[in-house]
Amino acid sequence: MAVSRATGDGNAMKQDIALQLINVGRSFGMTPAVKGISIDIAKGEVVSLVGHSGCGKSTLLRIIAGVETVDSGQVFLDGHEVDGGHFVEPEMRGVGFVFQDYALFPHLSVRENILFGLRRHKKAEAVANADEVIRRIGIEHLLDRFPHTLSGGEQQRVALARALAPRPAIVLMDEPFSNLDQGLRGQVRAETLSLLKSLDTTVIMVTHDPQEALSTGDRVVLMRSGEIVQVGSGYDLYDRPENAYAADFFCISNKVPGICREGRIETAIGNFMRPGGAAEDGSAIIHIRPQAISISLDRGDITARVKQRVFHGETEHILLAVDGLDTPLRAVALDRLPEGVEVVRISIAPERVLAFECN
Amino acid sequence: MPASKPVAGPSVVSQAGRSGRNWVALSALAALIVLLPVAGLALEALKGSSGLWAHLFSSILPVALVDTVILLIGVGVVTAVIGTTTAWLVTAYDFPGRRMLQWALLLPLAVPTYIIAYAYLDILHPIGSVQGAIRWVLGYETPRQFRLPDIRSMTGCILLLGFVLYPYVYIPTRAMFLTQSGNLVDAARTLGISRREVFWRVALPLARPAVAIGIALALMETLNDVGAAEFLGVRTMTVSIYTTWITRTDLPGASQIALALLLIVVALVGLERWARRRQRYATDARRSRGLTPQKVTPLKGLLFLFAGSLPILLGFVAPALYLTTEAWKRYQFAGLSSRLLGEAISTITIATLATVVTVALGLVVAYATRLRPGKTSAFLLRLSTIGYAAPGTVVAIGVLIVLAGFDRLIDRTALDWFGVSTGLLFMGSGAAVVYALTVRFLAISVGGIEAGLSRIPLSLDHASRTLGQSTAGTFRHVHLPLSKAAISAAALLVFVDCIKELPATLLLRPLNVETFATHLYGEAARGTYEEASIAALAIVAISILPVILLSRVGTAGRG
Repeated sequence: MAVSRATGDGNAMKQDIALQLINVGRSFGMTPAVKGISIDIAKGEVVSLVGHSGCGKSTLLRIIAGVETVDSGQVFLDGHEVDGGHFVEPEMRGVGFVFQDYALFPHLSVRENILFGLRRHKKAEAVANADEVIRRIGIEHLLDRFPHTLSGGEQQRVALARALAPRPAIVLMDEPFSNLDQGLRGQVRAETLSLLKSLDTTVIMVTHDPQEALSTGDRVVLMRSGEIVQVGSGYDLYDRPENAYAADFFCISNKVPGICREGRIETAIGNFMRPGGAAEDGSAIIHIRPQAISISLDRGDITARVKQRVFHGETEHILLAVDGLDTPLRAVALDRLPEGVEVVRISIAPERVLAFECN
Repeated sequence: MPASKPVAGPSVVSQAGRSGRNWVALSALAALIVLLPVAGLALEALKGSSGLWAHLFSSILPVALVDTVILLIGVGVVTAVIGTTTAWLVTAYDFPGRRMLQWALLLPLAVPTYIIAYAYLDILHPIGSVQGAIRWVLGYETPRQFRLPDIRSMTGCILLLGFVLYPYVYIPTRAMFLTQSGNLVDAARTLGISRREVFWRVALPLARPAVAIGIALALMETLNDVGAAEFLGVRTMTVSIYTTWITRTDLPGASQIALALLLIVVALVGLERWARRRQRYATDARRSRGLTPQKVTPLKGLLFLFAGSLPILLGFVAPALYLTTEAWKRYQFAGLSSRLLGEAISTITIATLATVVTVALGLVVAYATRLRPGKTSAFLLRLSTIGYAAPGTVVAIGVLIVLAGFDRLIDRTALDWFGVSTGLLFMGSGAAVVYALTVRFLAISVGGIEAGLSRIPLSLDHASRTLGQSTAGTFRHVHLPLSKAAISAAALLVFVDCIKELPATLLLRPLNVETFATHLYGEAARGTYEEASIAALAIVAISILPVILLSRVGTAGRG
């Protein structure tokens, strides 16, 4: 997938850009919701915007849709400025929006809801567009029903159909699956994304769920307090987080303090790679993912005592007390330890350990 | 801010891009229309000499203020009790006659305060038939041996006003009971709270904003009343304004009392706004599900039916029966005069015109706050709704000052430029009455429409905009259909109030134009009691029609 950064690499690249945000900022009263966001999103790309609630991801989505305006910066859709110096009303932007609460019009039937965005099209064209999207999403049997009679999954499908019917160049989705049951969610998500992929639509999806973000986006944008923390593929963000916040967002790690010495970080449980730019004798923190700790009865450099075992079926979560550490280490074991074991040996895969400078 | 170009638009909250600004401008215009009479009033009040102020504070104001406050507290309590109990009765319990009660409880709305007072003065007259019957039952001979406490008292006034004004509390409270999430009530039940306790612990606290709004409206109506208080001997501030003006033609003096009264008005408006403060975050439309009424035993059902009927009997049936009898007697005696028919036409024409203008302005103001929520639109909304609490007399004086000024200005300009005198363009055409009624009732229209709009989730606006509809299209295709019930309810309430309105119409109508209300007042003032019962009956009858429609709207909204 073509991934281009904001600098713009000539005309050929520009044509491939569906959405460009330049230094976008927005405040509500004294509280900044979005601060200096810049990003380019390529046509056909699926981007997930992820972050905890209040990080500004939904505001950013609404700014792109035009139902919210910017205080500073510029927004370009398909090369045309839509906010900043020149504001384009949301109805003129050609974006589709799937809302968290679906926002189906309660006074209109499913068919009328889907036709709502096609009022400017010619009658025959509107019906043809609607029919196609209805067929692809498979909601023929719901057309005469009213939104309040639909289940959550059905409402989600109708909301998607309604957003797609006018053939938007870009589809924005605000927590589109969060109102669905856990079991249904994965299935609906897979169906939705394969449909959007097959239509070659640009998609920006907001989510607060790290797993959902990693599994859906070609690129993941992690946000915090109105700013972008890191942009990259799911692998980039998980394996190569740029800071401790990004590392912790996708996986709660064990944190072990250490001191930088001679190109390494020395800790109570061994020496690890040192982050670039860390000062000699400065303090650093290493993040050890629970999966990076392997446990056995006889092999390993470190001795640990088993404090607690919580069985999860496929895995077992084990709390390990290690001499020299204030807090016990959390490990996730795939292989089962014999019952009643109290002392084990552990080893830590050094390539899966992340190290960050202390602030 | 390193933005390359200056960014247009205010930096606070905006929800709908930039197009909402026109609506805010229109909203400002509506506020200006309402404010002009108040400004005129203030100017007029300042003209009064300082000696007048001293006189005001030493003699008129203390008595009037105490009476007004007692009356407000009394009416507030009575309307709150009747309004919430009846609303809960018809939504939470299922008993024979419940459906009938649901709309019948609105009927007292058709009886203006001055008419109920007028009717009860005669019904409960010491030598009238009711007291006569009681004496006959108890075996007394003359009123000297036994008589009911005089209705011409503060208590009488509170009760009579309460029995016709409680629908102001009943309507929003019942709507709240119907639309508030049934899940919450169910949740309370599973937490071990009995159905009766649910009222106190869940339903009433949830409905508190609705109750407060209702009380505020009822109290504003109380402040407006001139007829009932005057007939029943309660010297409220409103009556004082009226007499100061009528008996002494002292416009500055009346304006001064009016300004003092406006302080109470501001407090009431504050109460209403405070109660509404969280309405924008009203319940999610998808999830709201009303209560399922509970079946009760036949005996209990009978009891409920009786309890629910009591306010209707006292606030509507009794006065309506009385008026019907008296009107019939009059009709037998003298037939129906063409004068009454002419009054019918002018009454309906004035009320219709005023309703159209009021609802149009109400839509503008309420919609502006939705499109551009924020300090400006909220402030404009508050400004444009202050007229409702202002008693009709006060508004009338203000409108009089403003429009008479305009009339003079236009007349002089026309005379200077074209040599033609236009005369009293506004005052002579009845525009002044429409103006005053609009100022008075814009709050009903704005409040009702705003409440209806606030039940529509903002995501629907965004959905419509991203699906290609402009602000206007969104209004037409989403907001209008979804708030139709609220808008028609507002229109009907305004219509009823315009027909019932007495003081402003009385003072601003063009020469030789009479409405039913002014006719009634005129006869009552002269003490002639000829066709007044027919006029009163006509007012009540016309007012019933919207009440019936209103009850339909109320039940149709329940899918």
